[in-house]
Amino acid sequence: MHETKPLGGKILTKPFLVLTGLTLFAVLLVIIRYIFGLASVTNMSDGFPWGIWITYDVLVGTALGCGGYAIAILVYVLNKWQYHALVRPATLTSVFGYTLAGISILIDIGRYWQPYNLVLPWYANVNSIMFEVAACVMTYTFVLWIEFAPALMEGYRHALATVPEKWVKYVPKVARDFDPTSSYTKLNRWIFVFVAVGVLLPTMHQSSLGTLMVIAGRKLHPLWQTGFLPLLFLISAITMGYSIVIFESVLSSLGFKRPMETDMLAKVSGIMPWLIGAYLVIRFGDLLWRGQAGAMFTSGFLSFMFLLENILYVVPLVLLASATNRTSPRMLFLSSLSLILAGSLYRFNAFLVAFNPGPGWHYFPAFSEIMITFGIVAFEIMAYLAIVKRFPVLPKAEHA
Amino acid sequence: MEIKRRDFLKVSAAGGLMLAANADPALAAREPKQRLPEALGILYDATVCIGCKVCVSACKQHNDMPPDFSSTDRTWDDPLDLSSRTLNIIKLYKNGTGEVKDRETDGYSYIKRHCMHCVDPSCISACPVSALTKNPENGVVRYNKNACIGCRYCQIACPFNIPKFQWDKAFPQIKKCQLCDHRYATGGYSACCEFCPTGASIFGRVDDLIKEAKRRLSLTPGEWAHYPIGRVDSKHTSYRQVTPYINHVYGEKEGGGTQFLMLSNVPFEKLGLPPLTDKPDAAVSEGIQHTIYKGMIAPIVFLGGMIYAVYQNTKNECE
Repeated sequence: MHETKPLGGKILTKPFLVLTGLTLFAVLLVIIRYIFGLASVTNMSDGFPWGIWITYDVLVGTALGCGGYAIAILVYVLNKWQYHALVRPATLTSVFGYTLAGISILIDIGRYWQPYNLVLPWYANVNSIMFEVAACVMTYTFVLWIEFAPALMEGYRHALATVPEKWVKYVPKVARDFDPTSSYTKLNRWIFVFVAVGVLLPTMHQSSLGTLMVIAGRKLHPLWQTGFLPLLFLISAITMGYSIVIFESVLSSLGFKRPMETDMLAKVSGIMPWLIGAYLVIRFGDLLWRGQAGAMFTSGFLSFMFLLENILYVVPLVLLASATNRTSPRMLFLSSLSLILAGSLYRFNAFLVAFNPGPGWHYFPAFSEIMITFGIVAFEIMAYLAIVKRFPVLPKAEHA
Repeated sequence: MEIKRRDFLKVSAAGGLMLAANADPALAAREPKQRLPEALGILYDATVCIGCKVCVSACKQHNDMPPDFSSTDRTWDDPLDLSSRTLNIIKLYKNGTGEVKDRETDGYSYIKRHCMHCVDPSCISACPVSALTKNPENGVVRYNKNACIGCRYCQIACPFNIPKFQWDKAFPQIKKCQLCDHRYATGGYSACCEFCPTGASIFGRVDDLIKEAKRRLSLTPGEWAHYPIGRVDSKHTSYRQVTPYINHVYGEKEGGGTQFLMLSNVPFEKLGLPPLTDKPDAAVSEGIQHTIYKGMIAPIVFLGGMIYAVYQNTKNECE
């Protein structure tokens, strides 16, 4: 076992205030959305009923939120405890990835005041892919918070102690006296159940997110429309999960001036070429099998997007196949970035770019639509920074 | 202990594979749903339509729909396409000089668009909260705003882009044609058919409508024939000279069949109708999902394996 420790330091830094500004601007736009309807802030239409909120915030956001899932498989299922230091930061990213995807959905859905209909047996439609996705994502978000709870419980008293003297009187007495130590021990005894459920649920909904587009039939271009959508979405979500862990580890080593976790990252990235290889074999095998291989070159702009998407997969495959590259933080950073872009582009292509509802329909996100997404990402980063500074998430640095 | 754990991992990995893997969609697809014997629908004959748009107006009136303005002076209802304000529309196809009615080249044709009331609807399969349902007797596809969460997956799923969303409303709904089923109890039927002066749109049992469509296709252009007005079984008919048809009933088989059927002399794809295969997308989508989640066996096996593995691994590590 390794030790984790709050980073400490000021929370209200300059970047933090910039992020606060972005978040508040998004809040303002969201208020406008609730008063005047979705048309007031988005460019979505009856032809393109889903925009970047679904494609970016939900699809890309939760796939990046697969860090916790990917590392949990490695540590708890495959019993590779040498990676245990990655668990907490990865889980934290997942907590925010999923929670904010959930918030985006509540901004996006039209009849946001009755989402509980999903759990009413007389309304729930088990044939609906959306039902499976919604039920799974809701449950998993809850499970993630439980998985992350030990870090919050462990660090609670310490975080409380860092509240400046003059503000302490504003903290309610209940919160001041609260000591989660005993519940922490109890939760730790049962946490394995939640970890196991936390491995099952993403396996289910990350694949189902791909299945969502199957019913769009011929509205989705044949380069993307396939019965293998669920499997491709699942594998690419796992690769994105590992990538974000590597990406964040390198970034936080640089940003917080901590030693690189290169040894561990080198081993994690050794899995990647296998996963990417499997993904590409299925991706191209399926095109050949369906006789759509020619469409790779004859679909104009979509051919370009298809090739770009897959080149972004091939680059990390080639880079990470070499053991020397896997020990270079620079190469690790580049290949994880490329994989994140590849998975994101795959999702954008399958849900927006290659989606064609018919002549006359176009979509490009509105400024306010983009700013709401920015606000959500800004809030995510703010919360991440605040938590790693006050709670034991990142591994204790040996030297710095 | 070690061997046992490995076996467990294998079993759960198999569960995981069952979860993840899926066969070719053609093999996984569930059986398409069949036409209901008492299904009700509409037959639209573009060669009989004169483009008067009485059906558009009658639809608005009998469904309490607001006008939809496309011109700047906003004098009268002039929708350009279906929307949350317009459930039924007559559109125009025009080619070249547009001289002759119902001709593909240098001609024009009308086309009527509204919900197709599919036999195996994608929207119903897609809706997570059963806000869209198919009447078990007459097959009308209805919308229930009290169930709807506004996720708009029905819009993604519909191959005809029929469900429309109220983008400009704070408390929006989905709007679509419901075949005027609120008018049946008082002896009425779809307003677009009831008020159509030429018999271009006729209402009735789908079986009868298919028979009527086939009868028209068997007529010889140039001969004189009776065309029922209002309902397919109406005694009130128009007697007119038959013009040529493309030998195809759109909706008889498209996407697994629809309850709104069409005849025309201009290829349907030119009129904006998608060239669908006979296989409903809902059958493919549900087939994949049911293969993966059959009896929830795979997820349960997988979860069991995961709980065991995580328990063993955390126990050993903590000791």
